[in-house]
Amino acid sequence: MIRIFSILAGLFFSAALAWSLLLGVINVSKDGLPHTVEKAFHEHPKELHLASDGFFGKFDKQQLQRGFQVYSKVCASCHAIKHVAFRDLEALGYNEAEVKAIAAAQTVAGKDPLTGAIKDRPGLASDHFPPVVYAGTGNPPDLSLITKARHGGAAYVYSLLTGYEEQPAKLLKQFPDAKTPDGLHYNPYFANLNIAMPAPLTSEGQVTYSDGTKATVDQMAKDVSAFLVWTAEPKLEKRHQTGLWWIGFLLFATVLAYMSYRNIWAEKKGH
Amino acid sequence: MSFPWAKEYKPSHPFMVWMDEKLPLPRLVYGAVGGGYEVPRNLNYMWNFGFLAGLCLVIQIVTGIVLAMHYGANTQVAFDSTEHIMRDVNWGWMLRYGHANGASAFFVVVYAHIFRGFYYGSYKAPREMIWLLGVVIFLLMMATAFMGYVLPWGQMSFWGAQVITGLFSAIPIVGDGLHTWLLGGFAPDNAALNRFFSLHFLLPFVILGVVILHVWALHIPGSSNPTGVEVKSESDTVPFFPYFVAKDGWTIGLFMIAYSAFLFFMPNALGHPDNYIPANPMQTPAHIVPEWYFWPFYAILRSFTQDFLIVPAKLMGVLAMFASILVWFFLPWLDKSPVRSAKFRPLYRRFFWVLLVDVLVLGYCGGSPAEEPYVIIAQIASIYYFLHFFVIVPIVSSIERPDPLPFSITEAVLGSDEAAALEAKA
Repeated sequence: MIRIFSILAGLFFSAALAWSLLLGVINVSKDGLPHTVEKAFHEHPKELHLASDGFFGKFDKQQLQRGFQVYSKVCASCHAIKHVAFRDLEALGYNEAEVKAIAAAQTVAGKDPLTGAIKDRPGLASDHFPPVVYAGTGNPPDLSLITKARHGGAAYVYSLLTGYEEQPAKLLKQFPDAKTPDGLHYNPYFANLNIAMPAPLTSEGQVTYSDGTKATVDQMAKDVSAFLVWTAEPKLEKRHQTGLWWIGFLLFATVLAYMSYRNIWAEKKGH
Repeated sequence: MSFPWAKEYKPSHPFMVWMDEKLPLPRLVYGAVGGGYEVPRNLNYMWNFGFLAGLCLVIQIVTGIVLAMHYGANTQVAFDSTEHIMRDVNWGWMLRYGHANGASAFFVVVYAHIFRGFYYGSYKAPREMIWLLGVVIFLLMMATAFMGYVLPWGQMSFWGAQVITGLFSAIPIVGDGLHTWLLGGFAPDNAALNRFFSLHFLLPFVILGVVILHVWALHIPGSSNPTGVEVKSESDTVPFFPYFVAKDGWTIGLFMIAYSAFLFFMPNALGHPDNYIPANPMQTPAHIVPEWYFWPFYAILRSFTQDFLIVPAKLMGVLAMFASILVWFFLPWLDKSPVRSAKFRPLYRRFFWVLLVDVLVLGYCGGSPAEEPYVIIAQIASIYYFLHFFVIVPIVSSIERPDPLPFSITEAVLGSDEAAALEAKA
């Protein structure tokens, strides 16, 4: 009895699916597979290799400092990094005095300890990076987690920063309605191809690196991507190191456990 | 349960004798996972996943309890408190990545455990109750995992909650009221986040309770085995300790290596980047996808694109998604073949492999955007899924001619069994 019910129920669901399938197939044969401008022109991120990649990856502190310079000089006028505290910057190789100086150069809203009123004061090492007030339209995202919040991570950020171009004529020929609207900028690495942010890194030497590295657009884009890997995952080095010794220990323990397993089963398997 | 030849617990130390009189807990452990539990000697590595699932539950409960000490279940602070755990809590990153990847690991081993059951007919008499409790555990796991994914209050958390709780509004008449009542509002918000946190803390302990019942029910008939032939004599079994403690022990090492590789070197590989964007009710993500372990069922849900007879497409999808798991409850009675193991069921074995590929295809489609050709592929795969459990399994079990079974487990392992020889002589 239960089997008859079951077969009937199965046929019911299958029939409903077959009906959906039939109409779907008719639609596809009429309209073809979806062909959108994003599908045709969106590009996967370029390759980017950073010192923090791989099992043994460590941050290149020099590069992080350069990236921090690019962030402070260029990105910080619109984008905040609210999850990062000034004290965290010691991981970039700054000493305590330098961190205090960097913090003091920023204005943060703090509570006056005597009156309780919220007042602007110079930043302390314990403060987080303050919010950024953006005067234009739109909503520049916080960058603390950006390399974890986009497919492709750091390579995406690097590609986006270096990927601005004229809208290809081929695109307009195939999709005449897809002209980049006024106020937006064509970038094939952005999900819908048109991004509100104008190209932020435009000329060589836009940032003067304190370590003397030549500040090409490509170099600045790489450095700031590396910096944003750090802001998103400040514990990356510790994670890699812990993982290496822990998996090393596990391999050793597993080999021992395997040998004891073989030993215990030796006479049972004897056939 | 016990086979007549199973060893009895005999405490020697006076304290243990005293303990055995007052509270025979060591006796219980000895009979459950010690020398007193006789297990078929021919279990293959597919029988290791139950133990691993238990380990995953422990990992999830331990990491989860510590995470809860640092997490704030409030929409204003949930996302930031998660980042606080990642940055400022000592070893917080390890706890959170361990918990998130632990959920994935849990589902990996549980899916292996379930498909072991499908292949070797573990659900058949006398083990129906173990199977039923197992399906209950799986449903509880799905609920727990879903609610846990909402807690960081990222974009996928919010929109996943929106979609999944929205399923209840497909129920005719009471649907909308039920939806609002479950969420404590018209959309996921603080009330929903708070109750999800509360339930996410509670349900693992419910799972633990059902796991205890699952293991208890297992110890009545004893473990099944790859031949599906019941235990007949002492030579068919070995005691759990030391034999299976040693075998489970070294596979725990293998499991931990694989799990740790994800935890330490690709902790976000199984997650969705959108969940690192704080929840924003005003902005729908381009593609809303659940975590990978829900993809096959999500694909079934989305396959119903047309109203059918009088049933709206959405309700049809919801019914089908629930039916696709609830049918497992009836499996012991749908499959009436007396032969358990697919090793001796040539026809069923073929359909089993088709099912496995089918579920993988469903999973792939469920993780892809809801557009062609994925929808059409998912529809075809869903048709097979329903035909498999509802139609093929019952029919195959009555028309199939199984291959000859070995006389006993011992014969299957050693090639000969004295008892079998004796019986043949008599």
